Amino acid sequence: MMEDRNIILSAKDVEVQFRVRDNYLTAIRGTSLDLYEGETFAIVGESGSGKSVFTKCFTGMLESNGRITNGEILFHGKDLTKLKTDKDWEGVRGAKISTIFQDPMTSLNPIRTIGSQITEVIEKHQGVSKAEARKQAVEIMERVGIANAENRFDEYPFQYSGGMRQRIVIAIALSCHPEILICDEPTTALDVTIQAQIIKLIKDLQKELKFTTLYITHDLGVVANVADRVGVMYGGQIIEYGNVEEVFFDPKHPYTWALLSALPQLGVKGEDLYYITGTPPSLYNKIKGDAFAPRNPHAMQIDFEEEPPFFKVTDTHYAKTWLLDPRAPKLEKPAIIQNLHEKIEAMTSKGGAFYVEQ
Amino acid sequence: MSNSNASEREVILSIKGVDISFDVGGKNKFRAVKGATFDIYKGETFALVGESGSGKTTLGRAIMRINECSAGEIDFEGQRISGKISREEDRNVIRNIQMIFQDPAASLNERATIEYCISEGLYNFHLYKDEEERIAKVDEALKAVGLLPEHKSRYPHEFSGGQRQRVGIARAMIMEPKFIVADEPISALDVSIRAQVLNLMNKFKAEKGLTYLFIAHDLSVVRFIADRIAVIHRGRIVEIAESEELFAHPLHPYTVSLLSSVPMPDPIIEKNRSAIVYEALESEDDENATLRELYPGHFVHMSDAEVPFYEEKLREHGLAK
Repeated sequence: MMEDRNIILSAKDVEVQFRVRDNYLTAIRGTSLDLYEGETFAIVGESGSGKSVFTKCFTGMLESNGRITNGEILFHGKDLTKLKTDKDWEGVRGAKISTIFQDPMTSLNPIRTIGSQITEVIEKHQGVSKAEARKQAVEIMERVGIANAENRFDEYPFQYSGGMRQRIVIAIALSCHPEILICDEPTTALDVTIQAQIIKLIKDLQKELKFTTLYITHDLGVVANVADRVGVMYGGQIIEYGNVEEVFFDPKHPYTWALLSALPQLGVKGEDLYYITGTPPSLYNKIKGDAFAPRNPHAMQIDFEEEPPFFKVTDTHYAKTWLLDPRAPKLEKPAIIQNLHEKIEAMTSKGGAFYVEQ
Repeated sequence: MSNSNASEREVILSIKGVDISFDVGGKNKFRAVKGATFDIYKGETFALVGESGSGKTTLGRAIMRINECSAGEIDFEGQRISGKISREEDRNVIRNIQMIFQDPAASLNERATIEYCISEGLYNFHLYKDEEERIAKVDEALKAVGLLPEHKSRYPHEFSGGQRQRVGIARAMIMEPKFIVADEPISALDVSIRAQVLNLMNKFKAEKGLTYLFIAHDLSVVRFIADRIAVIHRGRIVEIAESEELFAHPLHPYTVSLLSSVPMPDPIIEKNRSAIVYEALESEDDENATLRELYPGHFVHMSDAEVPFYEEKLREHGLAK
């Protein structure tokens, strides 16, 4: 079924390096991603795994000391890695690929009105008159759930709550009808009840406007809610990807196991929560073998010596771990994440800790 | 788990009818906290859960004497610590009550090394015999929060948000306080590090009999760490219960809404769950409404008119007397 769908963006073997003082840090170590039209793909990983850096390559927003040193990113037949200047990026960034960042306060200019920040984008990308831009801006403000949009048009960001500000950021991102919306931890700075609203808003807008969504998040609960497919990122590479059910219920990479095991929802009171020992790899040095090996209690000799290839689990599910090599011992995933669905089902059913009457 | 022996438990911190208001120009006042009343027992983790703007941080800061109470008082170990107190008492509060702040970037001096940031309290209170002991304490605190001793000479900006927060935790823990106000201490941390920090906080609690006020917006984390939970909405505490009890029998509609908003890590279930939207009850602004003990240890804020509603809820939950 996947094969019938159009690939809207294809990143191949992308490598990104940053110059830090006299050193080079390889933030993205040759990773690939095919994004299908209309899907929601979630990249999940911890801070420093490279999830933000990777997706910043799609809009040419790498910090000035970073550059793409290998690979290609194909979008509408164009290799985005070849675009250099802001002028090159015009027509892609903000127009066809838009981004929503984590902190709505830093995405908005605090000394300009909400309205002017939306119309600016509309005027620039669509070349319409001021009056027309205002009309469109009010419409989109209403669409993202700002009550009384006409009156709130001339207010400043500080007069909006955090959730409302994030709605404005979404409005700006969508004002040019992008084909791809990158949501970089869009709800991390928000309250849970607001988070639920923002996630639902993005979903509804996606249904209506038919864009492709690329989520970046560390929250597996959010991933479960939004994603069709998931990619797990570690040490600058996607190490496992598949349909969301495959990754949650049949994870293959020990890092995915560890991430799931550490969820506070699975914690048992009075017992220690599971956590991953050690620290993520330093990206200044060349990484030998599997980047997760030093922290992996199941690591084998080969994990320290040779980088694993992707092994196929199903047509849609792949994992980059030697555990899937036919010669490797058969290992069960940790007990805490076995029967995950049954466990969560029990928690959310009557009598469970997270049960509420719907 | 009833609170039958609650009366025998030692109260370490007592919040008594606390109101906190801010001037918002002219004669207008904004009441950030409205008549908060609860006790925190020694050695427990008491969670205060609410959304931003609910007043949870304001109340935490009032305990630290950063915000003033406009009514009511706060007692620590039987002594009033709100309002005017002597300099000596003030130092006693600082020494024994430490805070872990919400924003790791803002809570560390960006011009000071990590070693200084962590040692600052030790310097102020001379809590070390010699340099060797101070450095050993710093190293131990760093290790305890998952950082390395060689990080000492670095500056806060060289760390990720998560690492900075661990420094913030280390500088509170090194003071060996009796009481910690932890204001969203793990919101900025990665899942795997969260677990380490929570385990660490639990370890300190078990070993040193530490008491926490754990301020959070995330019920999934609170369930694991808290003994008791108070839910606060727009400055009003709407429900207090033991942790398991609150999850098993959430009674106030706002608590139910919060619970329904926790994302669950299961794509089949999560895609079919929807968050329940809460419309603020009138009783929240009713000065005659109070926290009533509906069930042993389980308090809900309500007006007289709402009593039948909650009695019906109790019956639904099979808790009616």
